[in-house]
Amino acid sequence: MKFEGKAHKFGDDINTDYIISGKYKFKSLDFNEMAKHLLEDIYPNFYEKITPGDIIVAGKNFGCGSSREQAPLVIKYAGISAVLAKSFARIFFRNAINVGLPVIECDTDQIDDGDVLSIDLINGEIYNKSKNSIIKIYSKLPNIMIDILQAGGLVEYLKKEKDFKLK
Amino acid sequence: MGKTISEKIFSKQSGKDVKAGDLVIATISAMMGQDGTSPLAIKVFEELGGERVINNEKVLLVLDHSAPPPNEGVANLHKLMRDFAYKHNLNLSEIGEGVCHQVFMERGFATPGSLIIGADSHTCTYGALNCFSTGVGSSELAAAMYTGKLWFKVPESVKIILNGKLKKGVTAKDVILYLVGYFKVDGLTYKAVEFDGEVIRDLSIDGRATITNMVVEMGAKAGIMPFDEKTMYFFKEIGLDIREGISADPDATYLETYTFDLSNLEPQIALPHQVDNVLPISKVDKIKIHEAYIGTCTNGRLEDLRLSANLLKGKKIAKGVKFIVAPASKRIYLQALKEGLIETFINAGAVVVNPGCGPCVGTHQGVPADNENVISTANRNFKGRMGNNKAFIYLASPLTVTASAIKGEITNPLEVLD
Repeated sequence: MKFEGKAHKFGDDINTDYIISGKYKFKSLDFNEMAKHLLEDIYPNFYEKITPGDIIVAGKNFGCGSSREQAPLVIKYAGISAVLAKSFARIFFRNAINVGLPVIECDTDQIDDGDVLSIDLINGEIYNKSKNSIIKIYSKLPNIMIDILQAGGLVEYLKKEKDFKLK
Repeated sequence: MGKTISEKIFSKQSGKDVKAGDLVIATISAMMGQDGTSPLAIKVFEELGGERVINNEKVLLVLDHSAPPPNEGVANLHKLMRDFAYKHNLNLSEIGEGVCHQVFMERGFATPGSLIIGADSHTCTYGALNCFSTGVGSSELAAAMYTGKLWFKVPESVKIILNGKLKKGVTAKDVILYLVGYFKVDGLTYKAVEFDGEVIRDLSIDGRATITNMVVEMGAKAGIMPFDEKTMYFFKEIGLDIREGISADPDATYLETYTFDLSNLEPQIALPHQVDNVLPISKVDKIKIHEAYIGTCTNGRLEDLRLSANLLKGKKIAKGVKFIVAPASKRIYLQALKEGLIETFINAGAVVVNPGCGPCVGTHQGVPADNENVISTANRNFKGRMGNNKAFIYLASPLTVTASAIKGEITNPLEVLD
């Protein structure tokens, strides 16, 4: 799993209410529609600035707050290919993997808004093309999370495996 | 090697002898979904090709976050949940029956030593009843309905010992706000917290649930309270005969042990827009209040309504303040009616709305206007949380919220208490 995209930089403690406000999650299950409201409370019209494949880069504790899986889903539906942060809140981190959105804990201080990043998820490498530098990754995903991501998310994983398997 | 409560529960549920850090596949004892997360779980369950829900009698679906439905979109999502619950013979909590976490506890789904998941981040509340409970997303709720299991990393545990006697006007909410301010929003990420100490032992189950409810605001995976006579009595009240709980071995390993003496704790306030932006009330200005809210899965229980109504009795809410009260469940609502609490609220000028989560999540029944200040007993004060990103939310105890509503500005309850 390799991809490349432009970084959109955010700060610390980006919570799930900011990612997608609670008032939208009750409207429907139409994620293409919900994606238009991605992060709008803290960054109006962010959705319009995304080119498919772009990467969200943030500080610590990304995704704190609600268990709503709509949060990683709208990020994915908005065309974002991965989220990089210094750390993630626990439920968001699991939800992201389950919907097939790569999330990586790494040294995001070395990334500026607009930098072009190249990511090799399986080998655990992030290269900042704009700065010609390697980004330090803090922790590797457990194998079961890599299996889920490679399957394309939890649904595809369970369809294939029929049950959870620790290999 | 001794085990923590979490290690004991995960060993039992995975059928293996496990310790912190191990990856396990564990059987889920009971599970919950609410109307903000269940529709997506149902969609995922159907995508999986699920034909029947495993352990259907252990699943509770709750219509609470936007109930009764304020528009046709929500009404259709509620219908989807009802149809699914009837088809698979699941337990359903209808509109008006209450907030998911309160209903789950009242109906006896959370028992000591069990492993519980809920598609809501405040599922950690049930730790007040000596179980391991944690929030998950919709896909994992669907996976647990499909397989009966889920994978986990057994968390490391920290111990928080709270000593001392709380002063007059200081409640469980002040304790947890203080801890969130101390540890900060990510201070205990992925950890299980075992609580103990005189303060916890002195608190009612209602007060303990206020504390476990908010451990997720420090990033924790679960917060677990000791089992004692109060826990036993809670179960007796709901018709369950449970006499034993689970405790850690004396030589269990904790990542850290923190001891606090809370004898001099003051009422605490979380300022907008961060839950960990906490100050003692003496350090907060007399900020004008436009809306006050008593309710939510944090502080909408009987004890909270009693504290608020007793303070309000014979007094009026300040001019220009909207005061909204939402009992956390039908059972609480009915008891509050019996005790005359609802009458006190209404006479003082409050609006009592049906049990549910509407105002807290900003779906309906209490959305603030631009630039208004809200003081609330809820667990989050993020920008936009109550439905308007131009409003400012302060979090405090039921006593502080009520005192502030009476004075029309942020007020120490001691100024109003007799």
